[in-house]
Amino acid sequence: MNKNTEWQTIIGLEIHAQLATKSKIFSGSSTKYGAAPNTQANAVDLGLPGVLPVINEQAIFMAVKFGLAIGAEIPKKSIFARKNYFYPDLPKGYQISQFELPIVSNGQIEIDIDENNKKIIRITRAHLEEDAGKSNHDDFLNNTGVDLNRAGNPLLEIVSEPDMNNAKEAVNYLKKIHSLVQYLKICDGNMQEGSFRCDANVSIRPIDKEELGIRAEIKNLNSFKFIEAAINYEVDRQIELIESGKKVVQETRLYDPNKNETRSMRSKEEANDYRYFPDPDLLPILITDETKKKIKEEIPELPDIKRKRYISELDLSKYDSNNLTINPDIANYFEETFRITKEAKMCANWIMGDLSASLNKNNINLKDSPVSAKMLGEMINLIKNNTISGKIAKVVFEAMWNGDGNAKEIIENKNLQQVTDSKEIEKIVTETITENKPQVEQYKNSSDEKKQKLIGFFVGKVMKKSKGKANPSQVNELLRKKLDN
Amino acid sequence: MSLDKSEIQNIALLARLTIDEDDIASHCKELADIIDLIEKMNSVDTASIEPLAHPLDLFSRLRTDNVTEKNERENFQANATETKDGYYLVPKVIE
Amino acid sequence: MHQSTLAELSSALESKKISSEELIRGYIERCKKHNVSLNCFITITEDEAIKKAKIADKNRARGNHTLLTGVPVAQKDIFCTNGVKTTCGSKMLSNFIAPYDATLVKKMNENGFVMLGKTNMDEFAMGSSNETSFFGPAKNPWNNDNVPGGSSGGSASAVAARLCPAATGTDTGGSIRQPASFCGITGLKPTYGRVSRYGMIAFASSLDQGGPMAQTAEDVALIMNVIAGYDGNDSTSANNKIEDYTKNLNDSIKGLKIGLPQQYFDKNLNNDVANLVENGIKELEKLGAKFIDVDLPHTELSIPAYYVVAPAECSSNLSRYDGIRFGHRCNEPKDLKDLYCRSRQEGFGKEVKRRIMIGTYVLSAGYYDAYYLKAQKVRQIIRNDFKEVFDKVDLLAGPTTTGTAFRLNEKLNDPISMYLSDIYTVSANLAGLPAISIPSGFINELPVGMQLIGNHFQESLIINVAHQYQKATDWHKKIPKKYE
Repeated sequence: MNKNTEWQTIIGLEIHAQLATKSKIFSGSSTKYGAAPNTQANAVDLGLPGVLPVINEQAIFMAVKFGLAIGAEIPKKSIFARKNYFYPDLPKGYQISQFELPIVSNGQIEIDIDENNKKIIRITRAHLEEDAGKSNHDDFLNNTGVDLNRAGNPLLEIVSEPDMNNAKEAVNYLKKIHSLVQYLKICDGNMQEGSFRCDANVSIRPIDKEELGIRAEIKNLNSFKFIEAAINYEVDRQIELIESGKKVVQETRLYDPNKNETRSMRSKEEANDYRYFPDPDLLPILITDETKKKIKEEIPELPDIKRKRYISELDLSKYDSNNLTINPDIANYFEETFRITKEAKMCANWIMGDLSASLNKNNINLKDSPVSAKMLGEMINLIKNNTISGKIAKVVFEAMWNGDGNAKEIIENKNLQQVTDSKEIEKIVTETITENKPQVEQYKNSSDEKKQKLIGFFVGKVMKKSKGKANPSQVNELLRKKLDN
Repeated sequence: MSLDKSEIQNIALLARLTIDEDDIASHCKELADIIDLIEKMNSVDTASIEPLAHPLDLFSRLRTDNVTEKNERENFQANATETKDGYYLVPKVIE
Repeated sequence: MHQSTLAELSSALESKKISSEELIRGYIERCKKHNVSLNCFITITEDEAIKKAKIADKNRARGNHTLLTGVPVAQKDIFCTNGVKTTCGSKMLSNFIAPYDATLVKKMNENGFVMLGKTNMDEFAMGSSNETSFFGPAKNPWNNDNVPGGSSGGSASAVAARLCPAATGTDTGGSIRQPASFCGITGLKPTYGRVSRYGMIAFASSLDQGGPMAQTAEDVALIMNVIAGYDGNDSTSANNKIEDYTKNLNDSIKGLKIGLPQQYFDKNLNNDVANLVENGIKELEKLGAKFIDVDLPHTELSIPAYYVVAPAECSSNLSRYDGIRFGHRCNEPKDLKDLYCRSRQEGFGKEVKRRIMIGTYVLSAGYYDAYYLKAQKVRQIIRNDFKEVFDKVDLLAGPTTTGTAFRLNEKLNDPISMYLSDIYTVSANLAGLPAISIPSGFINELPVGMQLIGNHFQESLIINVAHQYQKATDWHKKIPKKYE
């Protein structure tokens, strides 16, 4: 290969979404995150002699829901298979997974690749499987500790076709799935806790060649940032290898975010022969048309449709709609405030403005926001009916954030009502005019353009005098009347 | 049917069994004899036959999603040779 | 008392002729005395049994009891028994204290059965002679130089020597019926899915089935009434109605159509055994049953198919024995691979390793279709053969084994010949059918069994036929002299 070869990157993703069930996929152990080691691993999870798996119906229903949401095929019959390999975090020496007849196959999803272009990413299959435990390599001198609390957690492995051509597309695809599973309420999407993670298969090929290059599988990608960085690193590494006459080997690589590099995983060196075969402990799963119909009815409005509706019905910009539909929490929050206020743009501005800023600053999830959608909506209504000005609203919002009560209480307690009594405003306006004679003179001798500027000066003075409570449009009107006389 | 040394070693590795160098030949022979027995299946044409994974023609029942288990770590770890701080221990694994 | 059947013991307890404690103490003494030569128990749970017997007596006094409260039983050491060593006949589990009860054990405990101990077995139920047990072979009470059969050899030996009135077994390819035949007792392999497999240490999941081993068909029915039925912990357990297995015991068998599979009377069958089975058939004819010859044309393929399916499933089922959470762990492993390989090498015996190797091979890349998938298709063909036959007849009759119990060590180093001796039993496992072996005579003072095979969930019918046969014959009442 010469240095001028133009390379095309080929990326396929395998996403592991932990399904939001209460109990494990094949046992009644809790799936709650963060318990002391091995306190949520029962006889079945430990693979004790004699134990047998029993399928959790919610795991099945959630997988079907996902399949329906991506327009996939959901065959009537689906089977579980054993994937055989030895590893300390795999208690039975096999993982119960699906091989032939996965629960979901041949779906697709559309992603944005830039402002105006979209792209279809095909989803080959999504199958159910049990998670493995966790190895602790750090806390023991000569040993690795094995914690099997996670063993048996239900996973949906979502396998894409190699349809992505750069890291950005991969991230967009991932974000899209991330948002979708949260809308469907089948996964909490928590990447720090590993509820949503992915492996990337990356290869490169000369742009004019059909044949796929040798791919490397990068593991342990648990943030959007890392995924982008890892893919970019890996692409550079592969190009460098090939251009220096070496070869890419098919292997599993681990991304190290501290060094921003991928490295070969020694533990996965051995060529595996997984010896898949149908799990004789489990009978085939039957998914009837009625089941599908019932599950379909539970699917909420999905982000793509929501976004379009926000633009067409609520007259929001594309930018606003995108941001307000990123996850169901924010969309629900928006819709609740909108239901109360009927002011889409104002709601959007407050949510993406002061609310987002406060959440970010304090590192708080929207779900835990001290200002509820109802509180914000009610406050917006008070702006709408001129009880407070937009400026005062910022003060009110901050007080709500700090737990001083709802908008109404705060306004009353702090006496922040907007002054709309025209007599009172007139009094302040008159005072202001009297106190600023030189500016009045100046105003009277100015051009219209200049007058506009000077009005601003007077409005400012009046507002200051009224501690911000005077209704600005009333002030404006009165000032003009008096000054233009 | 014959099996060579490397095949036997590969199977043993997949199965995580160690085989003494001295026993390899006898293992090859034994396994080959059994494979010969198994290959008697080839006397019947199965081209149009559906495989049978399970003797009863049934579909799986599903379990309601409830947490039914409590912590029994102490009870379970009584059977483990090496544990510490609630973890099962294995020789250090390098990833 | 020790010559009594379960049914007889039940009435003795009911009429207060004896207390459970006296009964259990008597049996425990017999177990301790004869286990020295028979080696049919791996563990005798003396203290626990006496404690349970006392509770049983109290419960009976209070009127809080079942038909079987206080009767003794032995459990095959493949069933997990909470707080009691459960070895599965293996060094791998020689120190394993099960932390839970198998469903079958739980049901029997709840019904008042008192466990005397855990019986010897081929390691992980892989064997037809009990010789693969880590704890040494159990012996046949009819002749201590002969094997009791396997894998449930300890249970068969213990019941035959009347060290317990009944025991449990498991049957993957004949492991209840063949030892029942070799030891002259009655053993039922129920329909696959009829008895829960939860807590029964897996050998081959799609073939394994637990069942009773007793002196009579009536006792088998009594035990089935306790152990049969749906279990939410076993996805493969059948959810259909369970019957009262004692209800039809006394039904007339007049007019029943019994098929004789021609392939079960082939060149492999010992002539004397053939004669005894034919005598058995004549008995049933006297009772009004009609016999017709039928064909199970693919019987010969059952052994090859079985020796793919069973090892494949076992190779995977036994992967959990890695020395980490339970079971044998080698000393000072130098790394992870060493921990795995040495623990398993040391913990498993030869036959188990042989089957793990076969199973790993038939599932490995490139061979799956040729072996595993092919075997599943052959399995379908074998089931279809039965389906067709059961359109014509109510049940099938034939020999359980090709001959009588062989000598210790006779076939130990010839696995193929050992495998082939399962020819009349493995088909029922492949097709998931219920089958019973009942004593039908003796050759050179060694018992011979006759096998009755029913359609799915037709346990009641074959138990009924067996019971009618036992009312007309007394082979099942014979006890080896030494143990009378």
